[in-house]
Order: sequence, then structure tokens, then C-alpha cells
Amino acid sequence: MKKKITFYLNNEKVVVKCHPLKTLLKVLREDLNHTEVKNGCEQGECGACTVIIEDEDKKSFATNSCLVAIGQVEGKKIVTIKGLNKEKELHPIQKSFIDEGAVQCGFCTPGLILVTKSLLDNNPNPTDEEIKYAISGNLCRCTGYIKIFAAIKKAIKLVKKIRNSKKI
Amino acid sequence: MKKNLNVVGESVLRNDVVEKVLGTAKYIDDYKFDGMLYGFTVRSTISHGKIISINISKAKKINGVVNIFTAKDIPGKNFFPMILNDYPFLAENKVLFYGQPIALVVATNQEIAKEAAKNVFIEYEELEPVLDIHYAMKKNSPKIFGSDNILRKYIIKKGNIDQGFKEADVIVEDVFETNYQVHSYLEPNGMIAVPQPDGGITVYGTMQCPFYVHDAIANILNIYHNKIRVVQTTTGGGFGGKEDVPSLVAGHVALLAYLTKKPVKLVYTREEDFHGMSKRHPGYIEIKYGAKKNGKIVAAKVRYILDGGAFATLSPIVLWRGTVHAVGPYDIPNVLIESFAVATNKVPCGAFRGFGQPQATFANESLIDILAEKLKISPLKLRQINMLKPYSRTATNDKISNSCGFKKVLSEVIKKSKYEKILSKKNENLSTIKTGAGLAIAFYGVGLGAGGKYIDRAGAYLQIQKDGTVIISIGNTELGQGVFTVISQIASEILGAPYEFVKVLQPDTTRVPDSGPTVASRSTLMSGNAVLDAAKQVRERIDTMVLKLFNKSKGKVYSNGKEYFISTNPEKKIHYLEVIKKCFVQRINLSATGWYTGEDVSFDSETGQGKAYYSYTFSATVAIVKVNILTGVVEVKKIVSGHDIGKAINPKLCEAQIEGGVIQSLGYALTENLVLKNGIILNPSFAGYLIPTSMDIPEIIPVIVESKYSKGPFGAKGLGESPMITPSTAIANAIYNATGFRTKKLPVTPEILLELKNKK
Ligand code: FES
Ligand code: FES
Repeated sequence: MKKKITFYLNNEKVVVKCHPLKTLLKVLREDLNHTEVKNGCEQGECGACTVIIEDEDKKSFATNSCLVAIGQVEGKKIVTIKGLNKEKELHPIQKSFIDEGAVQCGFCTPGLILVTKSLLDNNPNPTDEEIKYAISGNLCRCTGYIKIFAAIKKAIKLVKKIRNSKKI
Repeated sequence: MKKNLNVVGESVLRNDVVEKVLGTAKYIDDYKFDGMLYGFTVRSTISHGKIISINISKAKKINGVVNIFTAKDIPGKNFFPMILNDYPFLAENKVLFYGQPIALVVATNQEIAKEAAKNVFIEYEELEPVLDIHYAMKKNSPKIFGSDNILRKYIIKKGNIDQGFKEADVIVEDVFETNYQVHSYLEPNGMIAVPQPDGGITVYGTMQCPFYVHDAIANILNIYHNKIRVVQTTTGGGFGGKEDVPSLVAGHVALLAYLTKKPVKLVYTREEDFHGMSKRHPGYIEIKYGAKKNGKIVAAKVRYILDGGAFATLSPIVLWRGTVHAVGPYDIPNVLIESFAVATNKVPCGAFRGFGQPQATFANESLIDILAEKLKISPLKLRQINMLKPYSRTATNDKISNSCGFKKVLSEVIKKSKYEKILSKKNENLSTIKTGAGLAIAFYGVGLGAGGKYIDRAGAYLQIQKDGTVIISIGNTELGQGVFTVISQIASEILGAPYEFVKVLQPDTTRVPDSGPTVASRSTLMSGNAVLDAAKQVRERIDTMVLKLFNKSKGKVYSNGKEYFISTNPEKKIHYLEVIKKCFVQRINLSATGWYTGEDVSFDSETGQGKAYYSYTFSATVAIVKVNILTGVVEVKKIVSGHDIGKAINPKLCEAQIEGGVIQSLGYALTENLVLKNGIILNPSFAGYLIPTSMDIPEIIPVIVESKYSKGPFGAKGLGESPMITPSTAIANAIYNATGFRTKKLPVTPEILLELKNKK
């Protein structure tokens, strides 16, 4: 019972033919070779498979792609970590993660960066509690989260700076 | 010259993370090969029994199933080489734990392989499982290992224990227990094997020890080492969990590829990884201290038992490390330690950061607080009276060298945490939230020590390329800890090459000789020294060239990190690239191999005396907690954790190691609670087994003390494990200080705390 499903992946239109209940994670990794979306549990518990989904009404949110059926994303926009860098430049969140030493084994990193992006898109001035809460579904076993907080705080500043400079 | 070192000691950025933030780094499951098949493991669904029959006929008929293999298809030996060599790749006629591999399915995709595995029917004759260590050690229990279920035992005797206790004014004793801990690396175990035209095989995968994997494949396939190549792919965390068991995964996938003549991928689901892969050993520790009124501990007796699970794998050496450190970091004249690793019908336990020490530390660092209270001496003072210092003797009678910054570590941690102030502050009687402070200290023998001395060596290969960039191969693996960065810093420093020019290649068994495992906080020391050796040889040739260019016949050549100069004329400089270019024109060999063997160590197994390790690191941790005595919920507010590691090659990476280790230790203390029933893990997921999240994180203050080890690269000893050892016990001691409830079990879940409260 395969179905044709159309959606936008990192701003490019893609059409896949598969069972509508196949998970978005599997479609991305297996059918579309987007292995930057990681599989840490397939149970919705680790956040390694995080992507950003944008609705028709432009609301975007980060979610675990292992819990999303491909049938649900018909017509929607999906962003993976590879959708963050235009040309060769690092996104300010990526840069902050490197500068603050927030990356160790890196398996959690794409997910955490995307969750951060989604947080800042929806709330440019999050409080410490809001940051903690936003990333609480993304497990990291290496860093102890301290340097991840630091990276997010730095990213907030960087993103603001860029926004302000664009306003001028 | 302002400073002696250019890049060692600097927090340069890691050189392996751009690909990780871009998402282009490739972990094992991200690789695909043409015509690749997929494997899945058929596992035992009982804890103990005989295999009567294996019925594969239904599974084999499933569309897409290529084949199904069992033990009888193994062309080589059916065990992976690890100390006692008792763990079969595939069960033959008996199974000893739930989850033990019995057969392997290979199919055109993973779903099909998984489905087929469910349709392999195994008939068992169930036997009584041995689930408890005490029962296992009894005469009348079923025997699953040897004649006594003892995988290994040790004894350490120092001085005269009876005399010691006779001299004591005060004696305290107690029993402590710890549960399993699951590594919970975010990337599950997995491997890909690719058959080669010459009949050999290349295996890629997530692993800590490519050379163990190499041996395992030779064993299962019965082919020569020079036909096997093992390549470590970017690895999503290890923490010891990818030390021994990747040999099993690799053996399986190599077998599938060898028999089907196709590339095969075998990547575990999270649930499989929980059931099948190794864990931290549950510990049971009886411990007794005898002390003089003035606080001097004169006798210590420990009975230390680890639950090894169904097969020995690394239990003998995990037990050994725990045993050597079992009385704590104290100078005690009379010691008796008896230790046992016991076989049970449960998942085999192996290496986990700390390697037998967190269990022992929980016992000795809890008991030392109990002793302090009884003696009416402060816990800090009691530790200061007894702790190891330069030239004092450990339980194995090993003399501590002067690379011992223990005193400084302790005083800095105490100062930065305000331990004494919080400790002595009384909590309001009526308040339901109680604050407390706890302290724990430890020492840690760096490297494999006498328990693994025959494999404690490392090789390296270094080459400067035409454009001045440098490539290095080492035998230790990057697991996220940052060893490639540290190695690059060492090479850059010695060569005088800019740090950005140095790249460490993917670990590959064809590039360097067997360098032992990436465990025991040994990589900086072992591979660091091997690279130091190689780099020094090349630097000598560079120096000769520099002198030639300066028209000197001799003299000392210096580098500022990009240019060379000589002391007699420091103003005149030649750029690194210019010298390299000259070397190439003059056909100078700018490559070298390096080698390092660990210092000699020894251990007498009769008495347990000897030089157990060549060097020790020292650590101290203070935890500040708030406990809600109505709900039993513990909130850790702050942790100050200090470590004497000899030299921090990259301080920021060291901080990261400390923070990560502290949080794993916090999980061990409070939330990580694996539940087994009849030997079956009941919560094999992150929903049921709770590792710390961003909501659980206290303020962490890492403290680094540098008391140089003369044989270490730039004085470095090692750091990986030390941060995992003390924080959990510091938290337990803080809970006692806050509430008066003394936990004798880890983890201290809210239920256990409330139970303690009700008992009181
Ligand atoms: S893989 Fe989706 S949450 Fe873990
Ligand atoms: S960096 Fe390894 S899990 Fe986060």
C-alpha cells in the first residue's frame, strides 16, 4: 500500500513513494540518504533524530522524526542540519557549538543544534529555564550539558547581532 | 621567549568537530555499500537452559531472507578472545542469559531480517537460573562457571590485619550495594563487514579497540591477521561499552559477510543494545575500618564482590582494579581485601568508565564519613590524616611517587565549594527542603597496570607532507573525548608545525601495530608518548636542516609554532614551510614510526603486593544537594570536582571530560536504575532507564591540578575515568548531611530515600 508523498526537504521539493506509516526518520535515512538525521533509539526518547517541521501556517517546531509518519508531512517543510548552512558558512549556532566545546562524540549534535534553532526562531530571548526545558528531550551522554548551555547562550547573542546588523 | 610551550596547554578548538556540526560525519549506520545485506541477531528468550532444537524453516521462507546461520556454520573458533575466552559468538547447546546470541539472520533489508529473527523457533529445556551472587557462591547452587561460579578472585594482604584491629580504638563496618549502570552511548553498537577479493575481510564500525576486534575476526573466520583490516568509524560515545562487546558484533557481521560473500551491516536497535551489550557490574561490598582515637586508620578489611553475569569477558580485570583501590586512597598499614567476580545467568558485565572503582568508592567513602562521625572528627580532617601523599604506600604496598597533587586537589575543592560551611550549617527543623554537603576522594591507577601489562604499549606513524601538513596514525580511538586533538597538539608542539596543519587519520589496524585498547585513561599517555617519539625523530632532521640554513654546525633550534630560530640569534627566523620545502628538495625523510611501552609494573597474586600501576591520578569531589523530604526528590545544586592529572594538554577538553563524567556519576547516584526480573531487563529503553537530561544539571566547577608525571607526555597522566568515580558518593554523603538518612545502596531513588526516612 505505497503512496506518493510530496514535501519540501531543506527547501527542495521531494516526492517519495512509500507506505504512509513509514517513519520520517526511515524515509530520510534510508530512501533519501539524509544520514545527518541520527537514529539513537527509534522510540522517541533521545532526540538524535530531531528535525524542524514547518506547517502550512508557517509555525515551525522541532520534533523527533522517528515518531512522525511520512504521511503526516505531506506538503510540509522539513529542515535537517544540512539545511542550516548556506554555501560553506557555518550557521551561528554551529559556530557557537564548536567555539564553546559543546561537541564531543557528536551523535547528539545535529539534534541539539536544530532544537536550538527552533527555540531561537520562536523565542529570540529565552530564559535559562526555557533553554533547559527546550533541550530536555535531547539526550547527550558525553558533555554533561554544561558546554551545550554555554553554546546556546553564545548563539543567542550571535543571532541577535546578525539580526540587528540586517535591520540597519 | 615568553613561554616554553606553543600549543600544549592551550585550549585550542577540536579538530574533528566541523563535520559533526555540519552533519557530514559518518557513523557506522551512515555507510552503505553496493549490494549490502542486513543482519539481525536471534537471541535467547530464557535466562538459563539447554538448546534442544533450532527451527529456521519458517524464517528461511520469508521473502528477502538470504540465509540463517548458527554456531555450526562458524569456520573458526567459537569464542572471542578475551581473558578467559569463555564467551561464544553463538550459543551451541546451552544459553546462559536472556539476550545471548544464538543465530544470525541475513536478509535484503533490516526489517525483513528482524521479522525473520522472530520466526526462528528455539526449543529449550529450561534450567534453574542463578540470579543472585550469594546464591551463586553457595555449594548447592547450579554451576554455570567452573565448579564454584567464581570467574576470578583476588586477595591483598598487607601487614597483620588481626593485630591492626586489636590496636584500633574505634571500629566501623557496613555493607554497601550498587546496581548496574548502562553506558547509554547515543550511538548503538554496530558494524559493517566487506569481503575482499583476496578472501580477506574489512570491518568498519563503532568501537574502542580495533585490535581486539581484529583478533576476534581472526578467531571466528580462521583466517590470517594480514587478511583482516579493521577501521574505526566516527564513534558516538563508548565509556567502556565499546571495549569488549564490539568483538562480538564484529565477529557476527564478519561471519555473515564471509559466508554470503556480500557486504553486511549489523546495527543494533536500542532495545537489543540494552539486552545484549555489557554493563557496569552490580557491586556488593562489606567493609570495615579500625582507627585510633586520633583518627589514624590502622586496619581495613574489605570483601568485594562483583556480579559478572553469564560470561567473564573483562570481569577479571575490572575486579582487579576495584580490588587494588578497594580500601580507598588511604595509607593503611594493615589491610585484607578479598574479592570475587561471580557468574550469574544475567547479561555479562564489562568495562564502564571507572572500571570497578565507583562501586568500591561508594563503600569506602561512605564508611569514612561514618567513621568520622563516630570519632567526632570532621570528614575532611579524617581524610587529611589518612590520605596518600608522596612516598606513602597503597594497599598493594606500591609507593606513591612525587607526582601526587592530592593535597592541593582537596584543598582547592574544599575552598571552591565552601564545603565546611555548608556541612556544619543546621537545617531548619520545619522546612521540608534540606540542604547538605558531601565529600568523596579517590585515587586512580593510570593505564592497564600490572593487570594488563603485556598489552600496555602503543605505536604511531607520523608523516609531514609536501605542503607541510602532517598526518598521524595512532592505535587509540577517538570516542568524543578529544584524543585526536590532544595528539595533534603534542605533534604540533614537538615538530614546530602549526596546529591547524596536523590531522589524525581514522584508526585502522593496517596503519600502526597493535597498540592495545582505548581504555583506562591511557590514550594521552600511551599514544601521546608514541607520537612524541615519532615527532622527535622528525624534528631532529628538521633541526639539522635549520642549522644548515643558518650556516651553523651545531646549536639548539627553537620554534614559536610557525618559525624556527636559534638562541644565538633569536631575531632571525625561518618559516616552517620554507624548511619543509628545503627538506623535500634535499630528500630528507620526514616520516617516522613511534613506539612506547609502559613502565614496568608487577603484582604478586598470592599476597596482592606489588607495583600495581606506574602512576596515579588523584581526585576529590564536593556535592551540594537539596533534598525534599516529603517527596524524596534530590536536587543537586553544585558539584566541585578536582583532579590531579599531571598536565592538561588542552584544559577545555579536560573540563569537558570532568563535566561529562560528573553527570554520568550523578545519574549513577540518583536516576539510573536498571530493573531485572528473572534475569530479564524490564526497562530496556531511555523511557524506563533514566539518564540525566538538561533538567538535572547542577552548577559544575571543574578543578585541574598539574602535578607532573615524569614519564608522561609533557607530564600528563590521564583523565577519562577519574571524574566518574567520586561524584556519586559525594552526593550520597551530601544526602546524609542534609537529612540524616544514610543510603547503603545506589542509586538513591526517591522511593529508597522515603523508605530510609520511614525506617528512621
Ligand atoms: S531516534 Fe528518535 S528520539 Fe531517539
Ligand atoms: S556529544 Fe556525545 S552524546 Fe552528545
